[in-house]
Amino acid sequence: MAIDEGAILKSELRWAMVVGGIVLVILSAILFAALSMHINPPSNREFADPKTLHTSDEFTEANLGTRVEPDGKVVARIIATQFNFVPDCIVVPAGRDVTLRFTTPDVIHGILVAGTNVNTMIVPGYVAQVHTRFTRTGDLMMPCHEYCGLGHSQMIATVRVVPPGAFRPAADGRIACGERRPA
Amino acid sequence: MASPAERAVGTLGASRLILAHAWVAFAAFTIACLLGVWQMLARSPLDAPAHSASNYFRSVTLHGVSMAFVLTTFFIMAFGYFVAETALKRPVPGKGWAWAAFWMGIAGTLMTALAIASGNASVLYTFYPPLTATVWFYIGLVLVVVGSWIWCAIMIAAMRQWKAANPGQPVPLAMFATVANAIMWLWTTAGVAAELLFQMIPAALGLNGMVDVGLSRTLFSWTLHAIVYFWLFPSYIAFYTMAPRAAGGRLYSDTMGRIAFILFLLYSLPVGLHHLFMDPEHSNGFKFLQMFLTALVSIPTLLTVFTITASFEIAGRMRGGSGLFGWIRSLPWDRPMVLATGLAFLMLFWGGGGGLINMSYGMNAMVHNTSWVTAHFHLIFGGTVVIMYFAIAYAMWPRLTGRAFASARPLLLQLWLWFVGMMVMTLPWHWTGLQGQWRRVAAFDYSNPLVASWGPWVIVSLLGGVVLAVSALLFVANLAANHRSDAALGTVDVPYAEAVHPPARLPSSLNGFGLWNGLVALLMALAYGYPIAQFFIDPPPEAVVHRLH
Repeated sequence: MAIDEGAILKSELRWAMVVGGIVLVILSAILFAALSMHINPPSNREFADPKTLHTSDEFTEANLGTRVEPDGKVVARIIATQFNFVPDCIVVPAGRDVTLRFTTPDVIHGILVAGTNVNTMIVPGYVAQVHTRFTRTGDLMMPCHEYCGLGHSQMIATVRVVPPGAFRPAADGRIACGERRPA
Repeated sequence: MASPAERAVGTLGASRLILAHAWVAFAAFTIACLLGVWQMLARSPLDAPAHSASNYFRSVTLHGVSMAFVLTTFFIMAFGYFVAETALKRPVPGKGWAWAAFWMGIAGTLMTALAIASGNASVLYTFYPPLTATVWFYIGLVLVVVGSWIWCAIMIAAMRQWKAANPGQPVPLAMFATVANAIMWLWTTAGVAAELLFQMIPAALGLNGMVDVGLSRTLFSWTLHAIVYFWLFPSYIAFYTMAPRAAGGRLYSDTMGRIAFILFLLYSLPVGLHHLFMDPEHSNGFKFLQMFLTALVSIPTLLTVFTITASFEIAGRMRGGSGLFGWIRSLPWDRPMVLATGLAFLMLFWGGGGGLINMSYGMNAMVHNTSWVTAHFHLIFGGTVVIMYFAIAYAMWPRLTGRAFASARPLLLQLWLWFVGMMVMTLPWHWTGLQGQWRRVAAFDYSNPLVASWGPWVIVSLLGGVVLAVSALLFVANLAANHRSDAALGTVDVPYAEAVHPPARLPSSLNGFGLWNGLVALLMALAYGYPIAQFFIDPPPEAVVHRLH
């Protein structure tokens, strides 16, 4: 079968251009989403010493859970530890910006909230931060998704998304799940 | 009937060496397949025997280590020796060293296997401190890797010696690609070697109680993606050099093959940070840069799809196929290498598509650490890579034993079963992954309504796993039967395809790796220079080491 060497080269180059074009389109879409819609992975790069979490101000036990900050922002602080989240249930309002902040005193954990794009690794030494807005109300599962030891499979927390009217924090801005309702 | 001595005429000088490596690889593979089925049963709504979290994670660790380190390393070494002897038509140099590397690998494998079996190494097959296994687990794996470094040196020496004996001649494509893989592997293992030597082993020994977790994850990411290309290379070597020949045609373009392998060498390394998209220790800039470089690594794959499809078209038309797609029907699908290539491409299509989504920087949040990812890499590694390992084994075995396969039918059946099993297993994983089914879980609580709705999908994927295990056992049975086959080996031919226009002379850049090593160094400095340096410029708080033992 005789195929001219020049013809082969030409067809290969043509295909290489198609391939380059496809990759360029994908990259442009990602760049567009990143720049104009702020769709980025969580990357705030902030330290938290695993040895002093309980004594430093932000992640002391009294400070964990959901709080409306003086500037009106809804922030939930959670510690992931073998094999539990503290607290293991948080209340957040639907339709409002929410910031989730995690850290860990022991090994690597990770979370996702099933049915949303909330997803981050929780690495000792760092604060992992995710900004999101929940749209549907109800109890969502927030499991640990990184292997952290033999109890990993049981490490699941609840994110209780309530309608804006039902989101009534106390005078100090705090709100907790209280009596756990069945899921 | 020919006597065994006469039959052995066709065998190679390195037959025993190659057979020893390949059988170790496939023994580990078979054990891992059976463990995999049990793991899927454990995660399904059905009852699994001996099901406990401790057994589950021990099993996952053994499955991952067997598949990712033992099967791959021993098989790639076997295939390298085969290529060096058949493509260069010279004996493998340094056979004493090769056997030393083999026994080092065996010692390491046994050490690691015992560490896992004892329950002191259930850390899965990735190295993520502060969770730390017994030191024997790490030392065993180091021995396997050091053995593979000896293999790299032998491959490089074999090409050097051939070049000295054939000045100015183009190195046969199969060997050029094998050496590309050896060089890439030396680069690849540098990251994990640094992590093991400076962080994991001292931590496992109790020499240091604290560890910089961000640094370890970054060093491991250096190895984490390129290692997949180390596993993938033999499949691509078979696509370019063996499949067109098996189809009865020629390779469309030898130059494109060389370029593809060089691009793999360049772009598989500076991309590992894409495994850390959801990690807090790196900021967006370097994540974006490495995402960009990751997108470029899809280029050699897409080039390969074109070149191999064109080569198959030549073969199909030479066999009388006509029309736009008629040549596909007239290809010899009853030959294992041709069938495996076709099936590998289908799995590459699905797995690669999933990979593009994983790569997509922002979109990754939807699937990170869900069963979607498990589905992706089982399609690429368990699918594309392993099915080509089967086809390569079927091509090598007659040359190693001096006996032909009595019939191709059980071979073809085995390949089909693997393909069907892999698709049935991974398609439900993609679906449950999109719904948020998280990873590395010993058991799911199916009394939860959301989890309960995944149950039927998990059972379907379990059925796929059972089909895969049957295929794995049939594969081993096929190879074992070949050792006792009475079928005469016909003409002993070279299994490699000629190019339509074989290169007479090549620029040294397409016949060696000096230039490309320089470029890899440059790309790695760009992609990893600051991300690693930051841990020393502005050290984060360290974590307390958690020993499992």
